[in-house]
Amino acid sequence: MSALHSAAATSWYEASARQRVAALLDPGSFKEFIGPEQREVSPHLDIFDLPKQFDDGMIVGRGMLANKSVFIAAQEGRFMGGAFGEVHGAKLAGLLRGALAAANELSAVLILFDTGGVRLQEANAGELAISEIMRAVLDVRAAGLHVLGLIGGRAGCYGGGSLISGCCSALVVSEQGRISVSGPEVIETNRGIEEFDSQDRALVWRTMGGKNRRLLGVADAFADDAVDSFRTATLALLSQSSRFDLGAMQAEQMRLEERLTRFGSCPDATQIWSALGIKDPEKIPAMPAGAFIALANEIQEKSHDAR
Amino acid sequence: MTLDEILASLFPKGHAVAVDNEGLILGSGPLERGGVAEIIGVANKTPLGVDGAIKLACKVLEIIATGASGPLLVLIDSDSQRMSKRDELLGLSEYLSHLAKCLILADMRGINTVGILYGRSAAGAFIATALSTRTLTALPGADPEVMDLPSMSRVTKLSLDVLKEKAKSTPVFAPGLDNVARTGAVLESWDPNKSLAAQLSELLQRETVAGDRRDLLGKQRGGRLKAADIASRVKTLATGLG
Repeated sequence: MSALHSAAATSWYEASARQRVAALLDPGSFKEFIGPEQREVSPHLDIFDLPKQFDDGMIVGRGMLANKSVFIAAQEGRFMGGAFGEVHGAKLAGLLRGALAAANELSAVLILFDTGGVRLQEANAGELAISEIMRAVLDVRAAGLHVLGLIGGRAGCYGGGSLISGCCSALVVSEQGRISVSGPEVIETNRGIEEFDSQDRALVWRTMGGKNRRLLGVADAFADDAVDSFRTATLALLSQSSRFDLGAMQAEQMRLEERLTRFGSCPDATQIWSALGIKDPEKIPAMPAGAFIALANEIQEKSHDAR
Repeated sequence: MTLDEILASLFPKGHAVAVDNEGLILGSGPLERGGVAEIIGVANKTPLGVDGAIKLACKVLEIIATGASGPLLVLIDSDSQRMSKRDELLGLSEYLSHLAKCLILADMRGINTVGILYGRSAAGAFIATALSTRTLTALPGADPEVMDLPSMSRVTKLSLDVLKEKAKSTPVFAPGLDNVARTGAVLESWDPNKSLAAQLSELLQRETVAGDRRDLLGKQRGGRLKAADIASRVKTLATGLG
């Protein structure tokens, strides 16, 4: 079976982190750093009588993407919701620090997010790891390298994970890839069901889901759920410029201020889509990926140098 | 210490720092040994949302654009990120990241950024402000937390009593300054009975290099025994030296 066939047949949402890495990269090119055989497990889960995983839910390594050398990290959303703990976070921080040292021989660092945020059982270590990773992402970007985020897994990209995603040079998102700081249940618990009904799945998807994130410009590219769609979008983003400097931050300041001016009083995503000039905003959730990608590209073509 | 007491001790000759009606701290003050300290922050346990984050970031970018050498102080007594449908609808993650990025860019450009945690802070607000500075200091009353124990009890399905008992032996998940400091997040606590101006002056002379050494600090303090070694091993393997 060709790599393309294999990738095309693999659902990003259904795949494990290891399957995503294998199908995204050129066949057989992945080499893992500190693999599961080394059994570097979390030292903090025993006290809660929770099962550990030999890779702590984070896979890091190097490989080839269309014959370009990349570093890659992937979170396993099915282990503790892909949450950041001490070991989990340190592997990604170390990969990014290595990328800074090896920047000359790399094309990009890819981060396959699938996370609920900080792992509460080791919350202080997880939160600090997120801050360290953000710093390391920006160091890598300041050196001129792409750091791309790919989001479309079961756990979405929540909490501190969403703040790391906001530091990436660009994001690829699928419809299933929710990006949000507070999760629906957390908002409902803290502010009441009138503020946010976490059981209203349509509300969750149109607020935090990939389509709204793509239309707002939170994400730069939209992928169908298939791995080859993520691969195509990733390669397209690699050909664009990426910089982290004062000019980029000033452009981002303008971009985000403009978003508040334009959409700050919209009560719902549907009104934002309407304000964007979309004629039938209520049809967005059911729109097939191909048609949606064309629509999104038409509406929102800037912002690549504004993040 | 109250914000007024802190500002009086940092700037005995007076200052131009104010808290606006949204709980944001903005202004500047003259340093003891000459020069000006720029100030941003969050007061009164205010949650940080899209509107506050973009205003604070705007000030950071103005400071960078003037070519100022700093320092930039970030005073924090916030809540967590603002939890609302509107904030998340508009992409709060980008606004908090943007503020963090501007602070880290300031540090990269040679502006010494100093976080001063004098009250509460939590979750996304803590990451985007205090944790995005070069060095984080704490004053009495500092009370950082990722999640309070009752909320943690709901998520982990463990009773509050069980969590309190476990917190005694496992500081890695428990709220509070000492537990957070042990991981390496907080460099030092300042003495409220001594001049804060003098303690700031001493810190600015000592912490002159940008960069992130918090995992080593966490290892020294016994709060994160594995992070520094794991990160270092991955880095070595990644650069082909392993």
